[in-house]
Amino acid sequence: MDINATLIGQLVAFVVFVIFCMKYVWPPIIGAIEARQATIADGLAASDRAAKDLELAQAKATAQLKEAKVEAASIVDTAKKLEARIVEEAAGKAQAEKERILATGHAEIETERNRAKEELRQQVAVLAVAGAEKILERSIDAAAHSDILDKLVAEL
Amino acid sequence: MSASAELTSQEYIRHHLSNLTVGEGFWTVHLDTLGWAVFLGFVFLLIFRSVAKKATTGVPGKLQCAVEMIVGFVDESVKSTFHGKNPLIAPLALTIFVWVLLMNAMDWVPVDLLPHLIHWTTGIELSHIYMKPVPTTDPNITFAMAFGVFFLVIYYSIKVKGLGGFIKELTTQPFGHWSLYPVNFILESVTMLARPLSLALRLFGNLYAGELIFLLIATIGLFQLPVHFLWAAFHLLVIPLQAFIFMMLTIVYLSLAHEDH
Repeated sequence: MDINATLIGQLVAFVVFVIFCMKYVWPPIIGAIEARQATIADGLAASDRAAKDLELAQAKATAQLKEAKVEAASIVDTAKKLEARIVEEAAGKAQAEKERILATGHAEIETERNRAKEELRQQVAVLAVAGAEKILERSIDAAAHSDILDKLVAEL
Repeated sequence: MSASAELTSQEYIRHHLSNLTVGEGFWTVHLDTLGWAVFLGFVFLLIFRSVAKKATTGVPGKLQCAVEMIVGFVDESVKSTFHGKNPLIAPLALTIFVWVLLMNAMDWVPVDLLPHLIHWTTGIELSHIYMKPVPTTDPNITFAMAFGVFFLVIYYSIKVKGLGGFIKELTTQPFGHWSLYPVNFILESVTMLARPLSLALRLFGNLYAGELIFLLIATIGLFQLPVHFLWAAFHLLVIPLQAFIFMMLTIVYLSLAHEDH
């Protein structure tokens, strides 16, 4: 085991290598590692945030869907009520119309009958006069006996 | 796989434990261990630098993933122990961990592979080839790194606590009375010096022992193959563990240096 100048040579090499490593090897490598660690940490944080956002959005969508369903149900309900009312109203109107038409018809029939009666009455009067004229021939004066005839007509 | 028939196992092992050297006395340099150490350091820096240059903050490639795993592991280790702010500690820990890991991993290279390769390519006699490829089995290498850490510990102790604070820390504890300050100083100095010593010797001892066992196994003939496999598999634990311990203790010592009592 002899100690000699090899030691000095190795010591110089050691110092040079350590200085080189300190200046040109360590800083870039550790810098790259730390930068990548930061990037990965950022990415993980971002993905966490995105997951949370997604959860929130889903909850919001579910709530909106529920709200929409409730609203749709209420609209349908209102529409049904409205429909029922319209149908009812229409039925009422139709009934009234029917009654009005019937009434008009009755009234018309009545008028017509009255008119026919009147016509008939007048024609009966004429016929009666004509008949009486034929029966009685000349002896009867139309003017003198019109009051009797009128009485007769009125009794018809 | 005995190198040649003439060698006894003792000579074979001694041969494999000898360094390729230039120079004389203290100015000897172990070309093999230092060369491999510097080569592996360059391998580490080239791979990591190529990733650092193209480092993207987006989706990383496979090499970048692997490098980032190591960097992230070292960064975690540093942050769990060292709570101050010091731009040197983490790159220092990364360099130590990967470099020591690569140097330890040379233990897996079969002990006769490199000498034989050199023999086949250059034709030099095997007995003249000295090649110890595991840098951390050379105490020069481990002590150099431990001293480097030790200097940093002293530097930051003085920088953070001030020279007075550092001396005070060495002398006023564990005993509070002024007459016992010299005793304190001796105790604290031993504690202080034991750190680089244990750091260097632990790594060296573990890897040297591992290498020695590989060499012993290499002398037992045909049965060495399964035994080699088992011992190499065991080093799956030893090699990264020793690199991790060296890095972790460096962080601990430096964080102690930054702590003000």
